[in-house]
Amino acid sequence: MADSFPIDDDEIDVEDIEIRLLLEAIFQMYGYDFRSYSKASIRRRIMHRLGMSGFSSIMEMTDKVLRDRRFFVTLLNDLTVNVTEMYRDPEFYRAFREEVIPVLKTFPFIKIWHAGCSTGEEIYSMAILLEEEGLYDRAMIYATDIDKNVLAAAKKGIYSIEAVKQYGDNYRRAGGRHSLSDYFTARYDSVIMDQRLKRNIVFADHDLATDQVFGEMHVILCRNVLIYFDRALQERVIRLFVDSLDMGGYLCLGTKESLKFTGQEEAFEMINPSLRIFRKRQIRHS
Amino acid sequence: MGPVKAVVMGASWGGLNAYTQVLAALPASFPAAILLVQHQHASSENRLPWLLGRYCDLPVIAPEDKEPILPGHVYVAPPGYHMLVDQDETIAFSVGKQVHFSRPSVDELFFSAGVVYGDRLAAVILTGANDDGAAGIEYIHRRGGFTIAQSPVSSEAPTMPEAAIKTGAVSRVLDLEKIGPYLAERLQGS
Repeated sequence: MADSFPIDDDEIDVEDIEIRLLLEAIFQMYGYDFRSYSKASIRRRIMHRLGMSGFSSIMEMTDKVLRDRRFFVTLLNDLTVNVTEMYRDPEFYRAFREEVIPVLKTFPFIKIWHAGCSTGEEIYSMAILLEEEGLYDRAMIYATDIDKNVLAAAKKGIYSIEAVKQYGDNYRRAGGRHSLSDYFTARYDSVIMDQRLKRNIVFADHDLATDQVFGEMHVILCRNVLIYFDRALQERVIRLFVDSLDMGGYLCLGTKESLKFTGQEEAFEMINPSLRIFRKRQIRHS
Repeated sequence: MGPVKAVVMGASWGGLNAYTQVLAALPASFPAAILLVQHQHASSENRLPWLLGRYCDLPVIAPEDKEPILPGHVYVAPPGYHMLVDQDETIAFSVGKQVHFSRPSVDELFFSAGVVYGDRLAAVILTGANDDGAAGIEYIHRRGGFTIAQSPVSSEAPTMPEAAIKTGAVSRVLDLEKIGPYLAERLQGS
């Protein structure tokens, strides 16, 4: 039988204060700003790391974070949730191909911002899609993430062969025209993406919580990033996207993310309601 | 103990049948919100809210991120996402790592709900073939919440309720057909 001493509301309040102090320490020491993230999910990830690390309190872990950069990098990796895959939600990529690509084909040049690109799987997915549609040579993909470590991995484009088997299935369901294996070279138990796919990708670190507008974009993809933010930060980020998009530009969110609670619904028309593809209205309703 | 504001439930193998029975026994006047996790494959179509809605007098919802949690509504975790309760009693999602090989995971929902609702929470562990939810049940118990497990003999797969009962943190073990009526009666009076 496990220990069952009660955890009262005061204890929860103490933990909340400790979490705020930890996030403040991270911001002041390392410049990463998690202070406006969804409390529920940031707490789960901090408690998970606390349980693994053996520290007796969040305060004790905060001290370690301040003094040990390597421990901070471990925690950073927990906090940024780098779970992704190629052609994640294949139906989304199929809809993008069918509903967005025909419009992009009428543009002389296409600028795409992928905010929160993590380890890059979805960046290469988009590059391949554009290549197959004959659009890649007039496209530029701006791949950004808060975490420089995952950006370095994204730049390398090396993935495990196990994972890539699953991606092949996604690729077909996403409407891929060839075989995914045409776009990588297998080496032992990993694959490296075709280096030519990188020719029109710019990798840059960008923090949606603190950094500013990014170019005059035709498409912004930000999928399963907003779910980690609190409502105020979501509002900030959506405003940032409105300001970064060209008139008629597309915004693609994760399938559970909505504009409903951000006060910015008016700025967009819904292109595909279930796969969360929006288009910035030509005329702003004010 | 104050009035129960929310009931969280978790199930895996055999869960559809179990949820159908439990929800069918709840009156339209049920005073608490219900949040539930059913283990399912990430690529499954999200038909569960529709299926459960056919057997239930309460509105069954496939929630959006930041959706406010309302009394008398049933919120079903979507396949591929962890569903959590945030401090302001709204729904939060995460696509973090699988927990107990599952996303959604029962523990993720239970821990987050335990933080927010404390002793105004009831938790129910139903049939299932792994031990997801046991740690969450223990946490909810320590927060003063009320905990129920489906009796292993009435479970299609007994592992999940057994693991929860083994923690010593389950307040009531009930046969499947008793769980709905018990919740209805206990919460109507609360």
